[in-house]
Amino acid sequence: MNKSDVVIGVTGLNATDNPGPGISVIRSLRHDPEFKGKIIGLSYDALDPGNFSNYADTVYLIPYPSEGEDALKNRLKYIISQTGMQVCIPTLDSELPGFNAISDDLEEAGCKMFLPTNEQYKMRSKTSLPELGAAASIRVPAQRVIASKNDVYSLHEQFIFPLVIKGVFYGAEICHSVEDASIAYDKMVAQWGVPVIVQEFISGTEFDVVAVGDGKGGLVGAVPMKKMYMTDKGKGWSGIVVKGDELMDMTHKFTKATNWRGPCELEILRTATGEHFLLEVNPRFPAWTFLSAGAGVNLPMAVSQLASGSEPDVMPEPDAGTMFVRISLDQITHVDQFQHIVANGECHGMESK
Amino acid sequence: MQKGLVMTGNIRLQELAVNESGFVFDPHTGLTYTANETARYVIEQLKAGSNIENIVEGVKAEFDADGRDVYRHVLEFIHNLQEQGLSSLEAPGE
Repeated sequence: MNKSDVVIGVTGLNATDNPGPGISVIRSLRHDPEFKGKIIGLSYDALDPGNFSNYADTVYLIPYPSEGEDALKNRLKYIISQTGMQVCIPTLDSELPGFNAISDDLEEAGCKMFLPTNEQYKMRSKTSLPELGAAASIRVPAQRVIASKNDVYSLHEQFIFPLVIKGVFYGAEICHSVEDASIAYDKMVAQWGVPVIVQEFISGTEFDVVAVGDGKGGLVGAVPMKKMYMTDKGKGWSGIVVKGDELMDMTHKFTKATNWRGPCELEILRTATGEHFLLEVNPRFPAWTFLSAGAGVNLPMAVSQLASGSEPDVMPEPDAGTMFVRISLDQITHVDQFQHIVANGECHGMESK
Repeated sequence: MQKGLVMTGNIRLQELAVNESGFVFDPHTGLTYTANETARYVIEQLKAGSNIENIVEGVKAEFDADGRDVYRHVLEFIHNLQEQGLSSLEAPGE
């Protein structure tokens, strides 16, 4: 399969104030001067902002993961039959188990993916961080997984306040007292259910690394970044590529220990004394992935090549100092385009005005 | 005055990107700084491996500065760099 004319499907078109990675991945693919193929946007909601951009050639609605694997499989098989989609890059945490479950069916229909396995997906879960740290010889903060409110009142036996309370999928709050921890526990349980992760608070500067593993323990490429400006949700609104031997070393250790297959994002804390702690691993591209292409390391294109069974391009050293600065734009569209998506579940010849 | 202090090698100092307008980028931390003309001169001299005595003499000559306080100001600036992990200053034999 030639990368120049491949048809690639990408999910995560929810380019909101807490953006999904889809648009960033698509822009990276289009950034490759050799790419002349087509992009199929795979969207969960008719009003996903990415549906109305001109980054995807065609947009199809797909069923939410809660509708089950059969619904997803049938819809994607239809899309493959209509578009000749050869590669699919899912970009959201919650959809990965579903896509993994139907990967053989999609491959039979002519569409390949390059995703972490279910085992790898579990290895990097927040609740498994201590085991991952031990397996990869990576430092991680001390943590405890709790599933009962009573456990909050014994945290002082193991941790010194402040500590961090994390939701099982998302969210983190720094707590300075038992009262804070109690409130944060209730909040996380209400939003994400149990368990809740209690983590040692470590002061330092956070760095993020976007990387792709080759599935055999090797690292295809990686780009370390420091956020320069964050939203009130803690999302990076601007960032800069940095050099970081320790960051790259930790990423190498992670891909080697897990045989990581596909994209991931590592969140790493550097203390004032230069120690590095792995805080979290996200099993997909981050929303700032386009920075990798801007820094000369086009990781989404590498994933497309790996999915196709091709050797990825040789990745250069990322260009330190390359920055991204996000912007909010109002896209002008017409109800015709919206009604195509709502009524037909698809819209062709995307063109924003 | 603390005489006889020497600079030791610092990779972060060597990799600092300093442009003509005094904008400084540390590629290891992602932090940026603004340096005035004198600070930029000192950074460039440190990167070139000059010792403090030579830097002080250079500042006096380049900027027509008063000799009395130049050494103290240069040393203070280097300590600022040191706090940022950008220079290493040691007494010989340490």
